[in-house]
Amino acid sequence: MNTSESSVITDHLRAFIGVESVPVIYEIERHAVERFACAIGDPNPLYTDEIATRASSFGGLIAPPTFLRSLLPGHYPEPYPEPFAHILDGGSSYRFMKPVRVGDRIAVTRKIVDLYEKHGRMGTMLFKISEQKYVNQLGQLVATQTTTTITYGDGEKDSGVGDH
Amino acid sequence: MATIKSEPDDAVETGTELPTLWFEDVDVGNELPELIKMPDTRQLVMYAGASQDFVAIHYDLNVAKAAGHPTVIIHGALKSAWLAELVSGWIGSTGRLLELDVSYRAIDFPGTPVTCLGKVTGTRIENGVGLVELEIGLRNVDNVITTPGRALVSLPTRTVIS
Repeated sequence: MNTSESSVITDHLRAFIGVESVPVIYEIERHAVERFACAIGDPNPLYTDEIATRASSFGGLIAPPTFLRSLLPGHYPEPYPEPFAHILDGGSSYRFMKPVRVGDRIAVTRKIVDLYEKHGRMGTMLFKISEQKYVNQLGQLVATQTTTTITYGDGEKDSGVGDH
Repeated sequence: MATIKSEPDDAVETGTELPTLWFEDVDVGNELPELIKMPDTRQLVMYAGASQDFVAIHYDLNVAKAAGHPTVIIHGALKSAWLAELVSGWIGSTGRLLELDVSYRAIDFPGTPVTCLGKVTGTRIENGVGLVELEIGLRNVDNVITTPGRALVSLPTRTVIS
C-alpha cells in the first residue's frame, strides 16, 4: 500500500501532535449535573440526592463519570486544519483517579497524541487520538479521557466538526 | 489520634438506600443486572444540550440522511454514559469506577431498545484493594453488540487484606 503519495497528514497537521489546547476552567454546577443525569436517564442518587450522598463514602454530590464529556476543551493556539467534512466518534477510554464533585473547579486541556489514516469504503479516513486531562482546584489530576475521532469525506463541514 | 466521624449528623435523614457491593461477593462469570434503555429523539436532544455536543447528525434528519442513515443516530458518548450507569449502579456508593473503555463499532438509532450488559472477567487484590475487571457492551434488537467495552472497578473488602 502506498501511503506516502497522497497522505492527508501534512507536516502542518502532524505539527499539532503534542500541542496542548488553551486551558478552560469549569465550575461544576449542581444544576448542570442534574440536567446531565436526567438527560442520560440515570437515577443514581449520588448525582442528585444531597442527603444520601452526605451519608455516603463520597460525602457530597458527585458528577456521573461521563459528565466530563460536557466540559469541552478549548482551542489550540493555532487553528487545527481539519481536512475532512464529516465526523464519527470511534470511542473513549476514561481513567478516573478522583471523583468530580459539585462545586469543584475543573481545568480541561486536550492534546493530540496520534494521527493516522486508513483507506476504506468511505475513502480516506483520518483517525485522531486525543487525550483530555481534567485537573481540579487542588491541582489533582481527577481523570483523563482518550478519544478516537474519525473524519472523512468532502463537502460542507458538519456542524461540530473541529470541536472533537 | 483524632477520630473521624464516618457519617455527618444528619445521616439519619438519608432518603435513598445505597447498597454496598462487597469484593468477597463477586466471582468471575457473575453477570450484572441488565440495563435496558429506550432512546427516543427527545433524549438525543436532551443529551446534546446537557453534553454540549451539537454535531447535527444527532438531531437533524436531513444531515443524517445525507450521510446515508435512515434517521438521526445516537451519540456514542451517550452509549458510554449508559454503560457507566450500568457499572456505577452495580457497584453502589462504596465502589469506585476506575477505568472505562468503550468502542463504537456500529451505529445505533433511536426508536428501538438497547440493552447494556456486563460480566465479571477477573478479580484480584492489588495493594490491599479489591479490583474487579468487567466486560461490558451494548446490544441492539438484532442481538448485535454494537458497543463493546471494558471497565475496572474497586470494591470494599469485608476483611482487612494485608
